[in-house]
Amino acid sequence: MYDFCTNLRFLDGTLMALTRAQVESIAHLARLELEPAEIPAFQDKLSRIVDFIGELERADTDGVAPMAHPLPGLSQRLRPDEVTESDEHELYQRNAPQVASGLYLVPKVIE
Amino acid sequence: MIHSQTLTRLAGDLRARRLSSVELVRACLGRIEASQPQLNAFISITAEQALAAAQAADQALARGEGGALAGVPIGHKDLFCTAGVRTTCGSRMLENFISPYDATVVERLKAAGAVMLGKLNMDEFAMGSSSETSYYGPVRNPWNTEMVPGGSSGGSAAAVCARLIAAATATDTGGSIRQPAAFCGVTGIKPTYGRVSRYGMIAFASSLDQGGVIAASAEDAALMLREMAGFDRRDSTSVEMPVPDYVVGLDAPLEGLRIGVLKEFFDEGLDPDNERCIREALSVFTRLGAGLREVSLPNISLSVPTYYVVAPAECSSNLARYDGVRFGHRCEKPRDLQDLFKRSRSEGFGAEVKRRILTGTYVLSAGYYDAYYLKAQRVRQLIAADFERVFGEVDVLMGPATPTAAFPVGAKVADPITMYLNDIYTISANLAGVPAMSIPCGFARGLPVGLQIIGPHFAEQRLLHAAHRYQLETNWHLEAPERFA
Repeated sequence: MYDFCTNLRFLDGTLMALTRAQVESIAHLARLELEPAEIPAFQDKLSRIVDFIGELERADTDGVAPMAHPLPGLSQRLRPDEVTESDEHELYQRNAPQVASGLYLVPKVIE
Repeated sequence: MIHSQTLTRLAGDLRARRLSSVELVRACLGRIEASQPQLNAFISITAEQALAAAQAADQALARGEGGALAGVPIGHKDLFCTAGVRTTCGSRMLENFISPYDATVVERLKAAGAVMLGKLNMDEFAMGSSSETSYYGPVRNPWNTEMVPGGSSGGSAAAVCARLIAAATATDTGGSIRQPAAFCGVTGIKPTYGRVSRYGMIAFASSLDQGGVIAASAEDAALMLREMAGFDRRDSTSVEMPVPDYVVGLDAPLEGLRIGVLKEFFDEGLDPDNERCIREALSVFTRLGAGLREVSLPNISLSVPTYYVVAPAECSSNLARYDGVRFGHRCEKPRDLQDLFKRSRSEGFGAEVKRRILTGTYVLSAGYYDAYYLKAQRVRQLIAADFERVFGEVDVLMGPATPTAAFPVGAKVADPITMYLNDIYTISANLAGVPAMSIPCGFARGLPVGLQIIGPHFAEQRLLHAAHRYQLETNWHLEAPERFA
C-alpha cells in the first residue's frame, strides 16, 4: 500500500506524477482527509515538490556525516532527572475540546 | 509625531518622563485600528491589557524604576505563546487557543517593561513567504497595498514599517524575518540558532526555527535582542553562553572589516534594480573602511531543495500533536477516533500546511528516509562546512536578502516552487545555524530592497555594528510610506 516510486522521472526526463493512490496513502499516514475534488491539485503540487527535492540526488555526499545539530560540536543537553513542573492539568485542560473528571474524552475505541 | 520616533528614542523619552506610556500606547492603538482594513497586520489587538501595562510602566518610571523597554509599545508574532491571550499561529487549528503560559521571549520583554499591543498576523504555522496563507486574511505591504509584505512574519514587518509599533518579535525558519524586513524596508535580525529561547514558540521545524526581531533600525534591534536573548533551561537547544550588551560599541569604526561578497547571490535570478541597490550599499561600506572580496559557497545552490526536505519532515512530526483531543480544533460528531483525527486536522489546517505535512510524511516514510532526509542532512553538513571555511577568510558576508522586491498579492500562490524559490538567498543561514540580518538599502521601482548581512555563529554584535554604521551614513531606514507617516 505504501510502495511509492522513487524515480519520479520517465526516461525521457519528463515528470512522473504521484498517483492518486499514492497521495491518498500519504494522506492516510499523515491522518489527513483530502476532499476527492482537491486530490488532483495536491497530486500536481506534490509531484512538483518531489521532483524539485530530487535534485539532491546529484550532490556528492560520500563520506559526509549527516548533520545532527546545527551548532558544530554541540549535542543535546540533558537535564538532571528531577521534578521541576507542578501539576497544572486543570489549567491546560481549559483548551481541551471535551473533558470530564480531568480526563480527555474521545469517541469509544473498544466496543 | 511620537509614533515616528525610534524605539531607542521612545525608551529615552519615557524614562526622562517627557512622554507617558499611556499617551503613547493610546496613539499607537488608534493607528492600529485605523490601519487594519488596509494592512490586516494584527490578528488580535489587546487594547485593555496594553493600557493597564502602560499605566504600570508609567508608575514604575515615576518611581525611577522600570526596565530598559519600560512603556515601549511592541507586538508579538502570533506564534509566541502569551498567557491568557489567544495565540493562533495564523491557523484555524488554534482559533480558540488561549495560551496557558508565556513564551520565554514574551516573559523577558515583559520583564524589561515592554507593552504588548497585540498579536501579529503571519503565514499559517509560519509556512509561507507572503503572509497570504493566514486563516485570518492576507497582510498587505504598507508601501503598496497591492503587494505582499513578505512572510512568514509579514504582520511584524508591516506593523513596524507603518510605525504602528516601535518593534516586533518575529521568527525565521528559512527567511521569515529577513524576507519580510526586506520587502517592507525595515531592519530584521535572525540570531544564531540557540541564541533566543524557543520555549513557547509554536514549533514548525525545530532544527531551523529561531526567534528574532523586526525594528526600524539596527540600534533598536540591538536593544530588543539584548533583552530577549540568553540561556533558557526550558529550551534544550538553548545555548549556555553569556549575551553581550549589543547596544555597546555600535558607533565604533568599521575600518578593516573584511566583507565577503557572495558570488552565488548575484545570479541571473537577481533583479537588476535590486542589484544596483546592493552594489551601492557595498560601496558605502568601502567608504567606511571595510574591504570587499568575492567569495563562493559552492554547495549553496542545494539549499532550497535541502530545506524542502528537512523543514517539511520536521513539520510533519511537530504538527502531529494537533489531534483534536488535547487542544485545538475538533470536528463535529466524529464517527470514531480515526475520523476525529483526520477531520479535525483536515478542517484545522490550510492547503500549504497540508502540502508540507504530506511532503514531510512522504520523505520520512519507510524506504525513503535515507534517500531524502538523511541525504538532505548530509548536504546540510556540506553547506555548513562552506560557511565555516569562508568565515576563516572574511568577517561577514553580504549580498541581497531577496531576488526581487515585493510581488503582487496572489502572484505566486498557484505554484509552490516559485514561492519557495523566493527564499533562495535566506535559507542557507538557517541550514548552517548562523546569524543573519536584512537592512533597507534603497528602492526598486518604489519598493524597498534589503541588504543581507550574514556572520559566523554568535556574531550578532558584528552584524548589528556593521548595520548601525551603515545606518549612520544612509537614511534608507528612516523612509516610511507616506500614507502611514
